[in-house]
Amino acid sequence: MTDVDIRLRVNGVPRRATVPPRLTLADFLRTDCGLTGTHLGCEHGVCGACTVLLDGEAVRACLVFAVQADGAEVTTVEGLTPPGGGLSAVQTAFRDHHALQCGFCTPGLVVSVTAFLAEHPRPTDEEIREALSGNLCRCTGYQGIVDAVRAAAERGDAV
Amino acid sequence: MAPPPEQKAPVGRYTGTRVPRVEDARLLTGAGTYVDDVVRPGMLHACFVRSPVARARFGAVDVSRALRLPGVHAVLTAHDLNPGVHEQWYSLNGRDDPDTPRPPLAEDEVRFVGDPVAMVVADDRYIAEDAAELVVVDYEPLPPVVDYAVALQSPESVHASHPGNLVGQLAGRPMADLGPVFDNAPHVVSRTLHQQAHGPVPLETRGIVAEWTAAPGEMTVWASSQAPHEVRSFCARLLAVDENRVRVVVRDTGGGFGQKVMPQREEMCVMLAAVRLPAALKWIEDRQEHLLAAGQARHEHGEVRMAFDDDGRILAATLDHVQDAGAYPTPSPVRSGIAVGLLFPGPYRIPEGTFSSRFVFSNTSGRVAYRGPWQFESMAREVVLDAAARRLGIDPVELRRRNMLRHEDLPTVNCHGMPYDHITPYETFEQALEMLDYPAFRREQEHARAEGRLLGVGTCTYVEPTAGATPFHSTEGATIRVEPSGKVSVHVAGGSCGNSLETTVVQLTADALGAAIEDVGTVQGDTAVTPFGGGTGGSRSGSMTAGAVAETAAGLRARILAIAAHRLEVSVDDVEFVRSRATVKGRPEHGLTLAEIADIAYFQVHALPPDLPAGLEASGRYRTPHPMIWANATHVCTCEVDPRTGAVKLLRYIVSEDCGPMINPSVVEGQIYGGTVQGIGGALYEHLAHDDDGNPLATTFMDYLLPTATEVPVIELGHVETHGPGPGGHKGVGEGGAIGSAPAVVNAVADALAPFGAEITRLPLTPATVVGLLERSGAVAV
Repeated sequence: MTDVDIRLRVNGVPRRATVPPRLTLADFLRTDCGLTGTHLGCEHGVCGACTVLLDGEAVRACLVFAVQADGAEVTTVEGLTPPGGGLSAVQTAFRDHHALQCGFCTPGLVVSVTAFLAEHPRPTDEEIREALSGNLCRCTGYQGIVDAVRAAAERGDAV
Repeated sequence: MAPPPEQKAPVGRYTGTRVPRVEDARLLTGAGTYVDDVVRPGMLHACFVRSPVARARFGAVDVSRALRLPGVHAVLTAHDLNPGVHEQWYSLNGRDDPDTPRPPLAEDEVRFVGDPVAMVVADDRYIAEDAAELVVVDYEPLPPVVDYAVALQSPESVHASHPGNLVGQLAGRPMADLGPVFDNAPHVVSRTLHQQAHGPVPLETRGIVAEWTAAPGEMTVWASSQAPHEVRSFCARLLAVDENRVRVVVRDTGGGFGQKVMPQREEMCVMLAAVRLPAALKWIEDRQEHLLAAGQARHEHGEVRMAFDDDGRILAATLDHVQDAGAYPTPSPVRSGIAVGLLFPGPYRIPEGTFSSRFVFSNTSGRVAYRGPWQFESMAREVVLDAAARRLGIDPVELRRRNMLRHEDLPTVNCHGMPYDHITPYETFEQALEMLDYPAFRREQEHARAEGRLLGVGTCTYVEPTAGATPFHSTEGATIRVEPSGKVSVHVAGGSCGNSLETTVVQLTADALGAAIEDVGTVQGDTAVTPFGGGTGGSRSGSMTAGAVAETAAGLRARILAIAAHRLEVSVDDVEFVRSRATVKGRPEHGLTLAEIADIAYFQVHALPPDLPAGLEASGRYRTPHPMIWANATHVCTCEVDPRTGAVKLLRYIVSEDCGPMINPSVVEGQIYGGTVQGIGGALYEHLAHDDDGNPLATTFMDYLLPTATEVPVIELGHVETHGPGPGGHKGVGEGGAIGSAPAVVNAVADALAPFGAEITRLPLTPATVVGLLERSGAVAV
C-alpha cells in the first residue's frame, strides 16, 4: 500500500511524515519521533502502557494507526513535564507514594491518570480503582498508585 | 490515606528512611532506557517463525519466498545457527550441573506450540513478521505429551534422550520408613493438590540487541536482564569470545521476577546471528510470543500426608511432589526444585517427615524461575493444615498455635536438615491475627453465614531462605570512587528490575562513607564499568550489596579521615566525618569538605599523609559466610464468595513480615505489595492453560488475566524486626510476598466453602472452579 502523508502536533511540536498506513501511532511515536517514553506491553490494547492523549483524550497508541492521528494533537508522557523541567503534579504524587517500581507501565499510567483527573477532579476510591483498571502494573500491587491518584486529586492542580 | 510517616532511623543515617527513589525522575518522565529504546546505526530486526503444533517432526524449511521479500536480510534455521554454539551453560548452576537440552532453534522436531524454528532478519519488525509468514515448514504431527501429570506413564517421549520423560528426581528418606508413624497415628489427613501453570509475566517482555564488531572481535549486548554479568559470561562461552571482549549493558528493565535471570533460546539465537550480520540485531518479544514461549512456572502437584496426635500435634508429614518442566526448562529444574521438599516442613515442629520430588518433561513451554520458585511447599502445607483443622474439628489458627515454632524453639533444624535461626514465625502470625481481630472476624462470619453469605479467612506462615551462598551468588563486589570534585560514584553489578537497587545502594554508600546522599550517584548494569556480580535473584541484593558497600567503603572512609586529620593537624581519632564534611571534634567550624579532601587526594598529592595512596577510589568484594539468611512472614486474607457466580472478592489482606532492619521501608513495602498481588493472581486468575492437543489457550491479556486495581484489596502491613546474621542485619524481602499470598487466598476461599464440605484440589479458583465445587458439594442446584 502507498505511504500516506500526515501532519500532526506531538507535544506541541508540528511534525510532517510519510508513513505506511499500517504503522501504529505507538511505533510512529517511538521510532519516527524518538519518543520512547510510550511503552508497548501487549500491543493488543489491554495493558495500557502505550496510553497517550489524542486531542486530549486518553487512547491506546497500539490500537491507533499513525494515519488516524493526521491533523491531531498528540501528547505523550514526555509532553506532561512542566516547561521549566521537573515533574507534573501527577508525576510528583507517583514519586511521593512509591507508585512505580520497574517503571515500564508508568508512562501509560501517568498519562491515563492525568486524563482521568481532568474529567474527575474529585474521584472516590472506587472511581480511582475503576479508572486504573485499564492499566496493568506487575510490580506495585497498585497500592502506591491508588494513594498517588488520591493525593494528586487532593492537591487539586493535577492537570 | 496520608503518606506513610517518616520512619526514624538512627540519627544521621539514611538507611532505614524513606529516601525518595533515585530512579523515579527518569522513569516518570519517559526518559528511561529499556532495551527496546536502544537504537544502533543500521540496526536490523528479528522475528521468529514458531511451531503451530505441540509436537511434530519437520524436514527442510523453505525460506525462499521469505528471502525474496524486499527488506529481508536473512532467514536462519537450526542448520545455520545451532552449529555456532561453543559452550552453553549458566554460571548460576555451573559447568558440571546436569542440564536439560537447549538448542537455539528447533532441529528436526518441534516440542511445544511456540517452539522457534527459524529466525527472520529484516529492516524492521513489520517486514520481519511479513516474511515469517512466508516461511514454509512441513510439520508431520506426533502425539504430544501435554499433561505432565501422566507423562511418566506415557509411551511418547518429549526428548528421546529422556525416555519416560523424567528429568530427574530427588527424595529424602524412604516413604515406607514413616509407615509405622502413620499407621499408629490417631489422625491422618491426606490431600492431593494441583497448582496450575502461570508465570512471572513482566510488563516488559523479553528483548535483546546484539552488535558484533568484526575487526576487533567485540560483542556489545543490550539486554533486559536481572543479571548482566550472567548474560556476559554466557555470551562469551556461547560464541567462544573472550569475556573481556563482551560488554553487556542493562539500563532499565521492565520487571523480571525470575523470568530474566538467564538468557533463553531466543537470546542465544540473536547472539549467534549477530556475528553473521553487518549491523546490530534487535529482537523484542511481543506479548503473544511471551505467553507462548517465555516459559511457565508453578505447575506442579503434590500428595501431602500429615499425621496428628489427639491434641492436633503434628507427628509426621510427607510430600510426594511432581513438577512440570515443560519441553525446555531454563535451567534444569532439578537443583532448585529440591527446595520444595526441603522447605515443606515450614515454620512448624514436625518431628519426622520425608519427601519425593520428580521433574517431568511435557510438550509445553519450559519452566522458568518465578519469585519464590519453591512456593509449592507453602501451598501444599498450608492448604492441608486447614483441611486437617476442619477434619479434626480444631480452629485452623489454634491448630497452628499448637504446632508453630516459637522463640524458645530456636535455633532449630527442620526434619530435612534445614537450620533455622533469626526467625519469628509465631510473632508474625500473632501480629497479623491481631491486626485482623480474628475473633471479631469469626463472629462476623457466623452472622454472615446465617444470612447465606459465604465469608472466609485464610492464613499462610512461611520461612524463606534468602541471600543463599551458591557459588555464583556467594560474593558481591563494589567500586566506590570519590571523584576529584568530591562527588561519589558507587559501581555495583546491578540487575535492578524495579527492585530500587539504585536507591538502596546510594543510601548504603552515603552511610558507610559519611557522605551527604545528594553527593552520591550509582552506576549499575554495564559490565564494562561494574564489578562482577550475580544480579537480582534469590532475594539477595539487600544483604549482598550492603556487604559489598560496607567492605569497600570502610577503607575509603579511613583514607578520607586520614587526609583530613593530616591537613587539620589533629589525630584521626579527633576527626568526625558526617554529611561530606570533616570536622575536628568540638570545633565544628574547623573542617574540610569532601571536595577539598578529594582535591588533596588527586591534585595536592605532596600534601597527602606519607603512607597514603593518591586518589580516592576503592574496590572490595564481600563474601558471605552464611549459607542462607532466613526471613519469614504471615499472610492473612479474608474473602467473600458469591455462591451464584463463584466470584471471590478479597475483603482484607494483611501481611506481617520480618525482613530485619529495612534499608528503605517504601522499597520493602513495594516488594511485599507486588509479590502479594502476584500470588493473588496465581490463586484466582492467571492460567497458562492448554487444550488436550497442547494448544495454548491464554496467549493475550484478554485470556491471561493479571490482577487489576479493581480486584486487589488494600494491603495492610505489620513488621516484626529481628536482625539476621548478615550485613546490617538485613534479610531478603523480594520474593516472600509471592510465596505467602496464594496459599492464604486459597485457604480463605476454602474456609468460605467449608460449610458445604467442599475441598479444593485444583487451582486457580476461577468463578467456574468455585461454582463447580459448590455444585459437587450439593450447595448449589446444578
